Amino acid sequence: MSDKRLTLKKRLHILKHRYRGKKMAPAFNAFHTFLFTPNETTHSGAHVRAADDLKRTMNTVILALIPVLLFSFFNTGYQHYAAIDAASGSPRELMFFENFLTWENFWLGFIKVMPLVVISYGVGLLVEFIFAIIKGHEVEEGYLVTGMLVPLIVPVDTPLWMLAVSVVFGVVIGKEVFGGTGMNILNPALTIRAFLFFAYPTWMSGDKVWVHGAVERAGTPDAISGETILGYLAQNNGSEFTYSVSDMFFGFIPGSVGETSAFLILLGGLFLAFSKIASWRIMVSAVIGSLVMGLIFNGVVEAGWITETSTFYGLMSFEYWKHLIVGGLAFGIVYMATDPVTGSQTNRGKWIYGFLIGFISVMIRVFNPAYPEGVFLAILLMNVFAPTIDHYVVRGNVKRRLKRLKKAVVPVSTQEEENLKVETV
Amino acid sequence: MALLSKKDANLILDPLADNNPITIQVLGICSALAITAELKASVVMALSVIFVLGVGNVVISLIRNIIPSKIRIIVQLIVVATLVIVVDQVLKAFAYELSKTLAVFVGLIITNCIIMGRFEAFALGNGPWKSFLDGIGNALGYGVILIIVGFFRELLGSGTLFGIKVLGDPIAKTGVYAFGYENNGFMIIPPAALIVVGIIIWVQRSRNRALIEEN
Repeated sequence: MSDKRLTLKKRLHILKHRYRGKKMAPAFNAFHTFLFTPNETTHSGAHVRAADDLKRTMNTVILALIPVLLFSFFNTGYQHYAAIDAASGSPRELMFFENFLTWENFWLGFIKVMPLVVISYGVGLLVEFIFAIIKGHEVEEGYLVTGMLVPLIVPVDTPLWMLAVSVVFGVVIGKEVFGGTGMNILNPALTIRAFLFFAYPTWMSGDKVWVHGAVERAGTPDAISGETILGYLAQNNGSEFTYSVSDMFFGFIPGSVGETSAFLILLGGLFLAFSKIASWRIMVSAVIGSLVMGLIFNGVVEAGWITETSTFYGLMSFEYWKHLIVGGLAFGIVYMATDPVTGSQTNRGKWIYGFLIGFISVMIRVFNPAYPEGVFLAILLMNVFAPTIDHYVVRGNVKRRLKRLKKAVVPVSTQEEENLKVETV
Repeated sequence: MALLSKKDANLILDPLADNNPITIQVLGICSALAITAELKASVVMALSVIFVLGVGNVVISLIRNIIPSKIRIIVQLIVVATLVIVVDQVLKAFAYELSKTLAVFVGLIITNCIIMGRFEAFALGNGPWKSFLDGIGNALGYGVILIIVGFFRELLGSGTLFGIKVLGDPIAKTGVYAFGYENNGFMIIPPAALIVVGIIIWVQRSRNRALIEEN
């Protein structure tokens, strides 16, 4: 049989057998399963065959991120040109088809955002491959979603080498150290974001990094503003800014690459919730949590405890519901907080976990003067506490059931009850 | 002829590797996190601990038979405190700037678990020469880790070593800074030391699997 008649799949399969037992086998197998369904079947025991394996789950999340990514191309370009117009004295009026959905915007965004995506995936998968070969296990799909999340949560002008360093750190310290996909305590994408923030704060905060070009133009006559709404509010007390509520909701505002459009994030969240990939409990409770904290701050301002002279006035008087449509809160709630590995597992636990994420996010946002955004810190914090929450939820359930057992009509011998207690401790 | 018998040599060499006070016993972590942002401070801290632990072990070993066991902790504390005050005063006299960097941590050598640990575990039961070697060995083991951590934190965090700009000038943009390199602010803050120590522990245990604990 000549080689030409073999299909790609067949050839890969032959190669796979040749590689079996070799050092590079995991790396090769990863390519193979990435392209094709593995044609091995399990041989023993009872197995339920389900279509929603890890790869499918990951792909669904990526699918939910695609609209956000596409929007980010346009918005990156739009924010850049709009800032130039504003600096030259003729602020542009947003017209969706005339000056937002243009090739010019798309192209600028594409050449700025795509390198971030490529670096994120390239470096992250390289680390995964190296670890798979060292440990001799199969490459895990865990990085597929992380690799897409990372470019969406950094400022557009982040230098690529910084991103690469952070990805190495995040994947190694955030995930591989704990044993790889499914074993990590912290969300790897947020670990990468947090590392970037603490390592290179000048590139991660302030009033320049959020719009492409603002950093390199700083100090020149062509200087443009690259400030986010939250940054503006933290610096200026209560004075008006030019963005309307619909701008904020649909995402025509400066910010990290993919975090701006609350509308598309909402659609993605609904998609994930209905496909049961992400937990709606976490999303809903996180929204409630942030609204409650926002209301508390609004109440504090209403009561007159905080006056305009306070540094917190600008953010505290920001209407409570608007917190959801600016900054990274919506993105964090939908795509980060719902990570099934690092979040709470129990239903009751998910409500507590989500609520605290929203609550703490808004709190950090208001009280952190250097960087008016807190969702990534809040999620990382709650990632650490998620197992504790689950532990107490499970214990609470056990106690309740033991109590019910006592009241039951059929009396249980004390010995059996003792056994139950021993088992559950 | 060997300078030390094999047994004596092990007293010094063991704490440097397979029985390291920081990476294996996980003692003395606080100072390892606090003062390792600069290499110079790490070296001075290491030297101070070598002095305190070496001399302290000998002193405790010499008086081990006359210390009433009920008040031995107090006696040990007095010995450490005396030695630490000597170190502190010497630093203040001859290296004032450095003593300000080290601040309270020289004084806190008193509470360094490694020192009380060696007094209790070794000096109380062994002769002065052996105790001296044990003290020096453990302090060296501590110092080596401090210096490794200090090296990476200062190099990556500030781009300097002993205050010398080895990577170029970040303001004038020379050396690697000309290519857009920037110092890693994360390495300056104490959590970075924890991660560097963690990586050292990781590397050490993957090279010597006998060190990995059960479970």
